Amino acid sequence: MRPREPLQFYSEPIPGVDCSELLGTLIVIEGPDAVGRTSQIARLHGWLEQEGHAVLHTGMARSALAGKGIQQAKQGNTLGPLTMTLFYTTDFADRLENEIIPALRAGFVVLTDRYIFSIMARAMARGEDRRWIERVAGFALAPHAVFYLRTRVEDLVTRVVVGRGAFDYWESGMDMRLGLDKYESFVRYQSRILQALDRMVKSYGFTVVDASRPPDQIFTELKRHIAVLMGGRTRAAAGRRRD
Amino acid sequence: MPFLLPNRYKGKLIVVEGIDGSGKSTQISLLSRWLRSRGLAVAFSEWNSSPLVRRTTRRGKKKEMFTPASFSLIHATDFADRLESYILPLVKAGAVVCADRYAYTAFARDVARGVSRRWVRNLYSFALRPDLCFYFRVPLDVALGRILGGRNAIKYYEAGMDLGLSRDLEESFRIFQGRILDEYEAMAGEAGFHIIDAALSIEEQQRQMRAVVRERIGEALDSQVLRLPEGIDETA
Repeated sequence: MRPREPLQFYSEPIPGVDCSELLGTLIVIEGPDAVGRTSQIARLHGWLEQEGHAVLHTGMARSALAGKGIQQAKQGNTLGPLTMTLFYTTDFADRLENEIIPALRAGFVVLTDRYIFSIMARAMARGEDRRWIERVAGFALAPHAVFYLRTRVEDLVTRVVVGRGAFDYWESGMDMRLGLDKYESFVRYQSRILQALDRMVKSYGFTVVDASRPPDQIFTELKRHIAVLMGGRTRAAAGRRRD
Repeated sequence: MPFLLPNRYKGKLIVVEGIDGSGKSTQISLLSRWLRSRGLAVAFSEWNSSPLVRRTTRRGKKKEMFTPASFSLIHATDFADRLESYILPLVKAGAVVCADRYAYTAFARDVARGVSRRWVRNLYSFALRPDLCFYFRVPLDVALGRILGGRNAIKYYEAGMDLGLSRDLEESFRIFQGRILDEYEAMAGEAGFHIIDAALSIEEQQRQMRAVVRERIGEALDSQVLRLPEGIDETA
C-alpha cells in the first residue's frame, strides 16, 4: 500500500466522507499481545485530557455491531482464519464509521488500541495473502501516528507468566497449534506476529518504541512524541484560523 | 472471474444466482434432489446461514446498524465461515455442493449499495470458483410481482431502504432490485453464467439445468464424485 497523508483513505474511499472535514487526531498504539498497550493507553488518555484534549478511546472487538459476535465465535472451536480476519474487519468498519470518523469530525483525539495492522498481522501469521488483506482493509484512514510497542518474545512470555499466570488460547495461536502446548505455540505465534508487524514499519510509517523498558520510560517517550505531534497540529490549526 | 480459485478437487460446486423472486431457490432444490436420487453425495449451502455469524447479521439488521461497508463485510464473514468449515472440506472430500447464492450476490448487491466493484471482488478472491453457475434472468416486473404478491412484508435491507432511494418501501425495493439486476447482467459474461430464462415454466427451467449439468460435469459426476453406499436411501 502506498503511504498516505494522515486522515486520507488508504485505497478505498468511503462514500460520503469528506476527509477535509476531519479535524481531529488519530493515534494508533500497536504491538503484540501482552506488550503493555492497554496500560499505556489508559495513562495517555488521562494525560491528554489533562492537556485539554477531548479523547475517544477505542479498540478491537468493541463495536456495537460485531463485538459480542466475535467474543461468542472465539468461545467455540470452529472459527477459521479467514472468518476471523473478516469478522474483525467488520468490527473495525463499524467502529471506524460510527465512532472514529464522527469523533474526528468533532475534533477529538482518537486513541486506538490496535488498528488494521493487528488484523493484517494475524492474517499474515495464518498464511493469508498480504495484498488481499491490505486491499480489504483499504477503507481505513491513515493515522497521524502509529506507535509500535516492540519487544522480544521472551519479554512477552515473562509478562504473560508473571502478569496473567496463564497462556490464552488465541494469544497462543492455538487454532493453528504451532507447538505441543500453549507455551510453545505462543512463542512461535507471537514471533510470526512480530515479524509481520516489523514488515509494516516502513510502508506504514510506524514509530518503533522499545517496550522492553520500564512502563514509566515508555510513557515518557510516548508523551514526548505525542506532544510534538499535537504541538504541530495546534499551530497549524491556529494558522488556519488567522488566514 | 480470474480471481476466484479454480476447483481442483474431486467434488463439484453448483451455484444459483438471480434477484429475489427469480425462482432460483426452487430450481436448486429440485436439482439437488435429482442429484441425490442418482446416488450422489450432495450438500446444500444457503447465503447468510453461518451459525457463527448469523446472530450478528440479525442484530445489525434488526437495529438497522449497517453501512454499505459493514453490510458487505458481515456477509463476506458469513461466506468465509461457510466456505472454510463446510463447502471447501465437502468439495475436497468429493461431494456435490449446491449453493443458493454465492459471491456474485455480493458483487451485485454490494455494488448496488455503492461499494466499489474492485473492492468487493478482491474481498471474495479466496472463494472457490463454481463448476457451474446458473443465473435466473427475469424481468424486474415479473420478479416484483412474485415478491409483492407472495409476501406481505418486504424487509428493510432487501428494499435498500438504508440508501434513501425512496421513502416508499415498494418504490425503494423496485429501484434497488433494478440496480442489482443491472449488476448481474453486466457481470454475466465475466462470471460465465449459464443463463436460464426464469419466465419459462418451472419444469422447462429444470430440464435445461439438468441438460447443462449432464453436458458440463456429467462425466465427473459418474466417475469422481462421492456416491452413497448401496442400500442407503438418501431421498427419504
